Amino acid sequence: MRHGRWRFLLAALVPALVLHVVFVLSPYAQAFYLAFTDWTGVAGEAHFVGLDNFARLGGDGLFLDAVRNNAVMLLVVPAVTIGLALLLASLLHGRRPVRGAAAYQIVWFFPQMLSLVIIAVLWGFVLNPNTGLLNAGLRGVGLDALARSWLAEPSLALPSVMAVVVWSSVGFYVVLFRAAIDAIPRELFEAAVLDGAGRWATFRGVTLPLVRESVQVAFVYLGIVALDGFVLVQIMTVGPGGPDGATEVVGLTLYRTAFTYGKFGYATAMGVALFFAALTFAVLALRRGRDEIVEMA
Amino acid sequence: MTTLLDRPATPTAEVAAPRPRRNPLPQLAMFAWAVVTALPLIWAVLSSLKTDDEILNRPWAPPDTPHFENWARAWTAASIGRYFWNSLIVVGGALVLTMLLGSLVAYALARYPFRGNRLVYYTFVAAMFFPVFLALVPLFFVVQRLGLLGTYPGLILVYTAYAVPFTVFFLHAFFRTLPAEVAEAAVLDGCSHGAVFTRVMLPLARPGLVAVGIFNFLGLWNQYLLPLVLNPDPDRYVLAQGLAALSVSQGYRSDWSGLFAGMTIAMLPVLVAYVAFQRHIRAGMTAGAVR
Repeated sequence: MRHGRWRFLLAALVPALVLHVVFVLSPYAQAFYLAFTDWTGVAGEAHFVGLDNFARLGGDGLFLDAVRNNAVMLLVVPAVTIGLALLLASLLHGRRPVRGAAAYQIVWFFPQMLSLVIIAVLWGFVLNPNTGLLNAGLRGVGLDALARSWLAEPSLALPSVMAVVVWSSVGFYVVLFRAAIDAIPRELFEAAVLDGAGRWATFRGVTLPLVRESVQVAFVYLGIVALDGFVLVQIMTVGPGGPDGATEVVGLTLYRTAFTYGKFGYATAMGVALFFAALTFAVLALRRGRDEIVEMA
Repeated sequence: MTTLLDRPATPTAEVAAPRPRRNPLPQLAMFAWAVVTALPLIWAVLSSLKTDDEILNRPWAPPDTPHFENWARAWTAASIGRYFWNSLIVVGGALVLTMLLGSLVAYALARYPFRGNRLVYYTFVAAMFFPVFLALVPLFFVVQRLGLLGTYPGLILVYTAYAVPFTVFFLHAFFRTLPAEVAEAAVLDGCSHGAVFTRVMLPLARPGLVAVGIFNFLGLWNQYLLPLVLNPDPDRYVLAQGLAALSVSQGYRSDWSGLFAGMTIAMLPVLVAYVAFQRHIRAGMTAGAVR
């Protein structure tokens, strides 16, 4: 039996481990080396250049545009998405049964099922200045002045992309928060009602503090989404990344630097920068959340 | 984990509110968001049945007569059919392999204490915290050197490698909660280790397998970045790639109705599956977050 045990363990673990080492671990490990080289894809032609790539990043206008846009998305997307999702989730949890609650949840969640590619192509159409759903609708109700070239005006392009991210994510977080709200003991809501608390006071005093952990998880997830943005920007925007860098994101700069211009070492340095940005964000978000929970206790 | 979310959508025992009048604002807000969500999707499906002229000149009007030939044209002339099969082959292969390897690893690590167990576990799980963009460049060259660029096996292996860590993480927790006595009894009955796994533990872990299977299927079906880099041959494009390429080339050929039709074809299987299994799917997809 002992012999069979080791044979089983090896058979269970080795194939997956081989795949993991070859396709996951080794690329990540290589990335931390390549980022310090000037490699352009020719075998044996990688020279160690120290921190040169990272120094160049600081003066690369397009990369800085991308960092700025990702930072804006990081500030806006999680806040708006979580706000909307919390609002909708708590509306679903009315004092009386909410008519159509199940149907609403089904409809709201659906965008989460679609690939980002479909969402990008779809919203490219919706925002089309001449034939799109949005402008045609605005013109139809006499608001011609509000019809814009959503993705072509520098000041509107990034907000449009962010609106699409919010549109596609809200339903998922409604379901997440709904589960958290349902887990709150009913007596707490009853007590709030007996104390004469209104909807808003109940939300502030009961719901919000007790779903804090879910909100924190949502914040980390949405932060990672905001640091990406590649698919929507690559397919929806002019350029892509335009107009004039207005929607450039780090992932897109990295992809273009590597697979269009062949500067693989430099592109990998962007990947390392992105990794540390994501890591810092996750650590800060999680630690902040823990402090707040401790304060409440 | 799944059962937490898998309860009836409308709470049954609501508190009777003392207020006599119903505030219409909440209903209005909820309905408004449903419209914002559904309208673009309905519009896309309707547009796929219109002529180019109708699409360009009357964006809000439904089609005079439904033009299903748009769908046929998208399926054959615009190669959506081929992309669909490519996706099916790659995702099908990767899903089977992921579930097989992922459940084996998770089970072995959850049930067999041995030196280095934790190390192997963290080696897998740590990979979930690295952005794929970081690995992108080296991964391209690894796949190229192995001669797997633009091949089905190459995509299947890479998809699997990147889906296994979450699968292990999720199922590891699941296998740990299963009672040890059942496995011990099976061993006493003379079952081999492999037989305990396939005949006893896997059936017990079915709810977890379904949840993570749905999660993996959607994640792999919607994958875009990996095929964009690793699958340059247009004949082997997966659906997401093909649709993106089509939306770029559509500008030159201006077959708007064909592109709407292609998008609808890509959307419909997901829509049908969602309506049929919506509660399981919502549970499966959010289960990863509620841990």
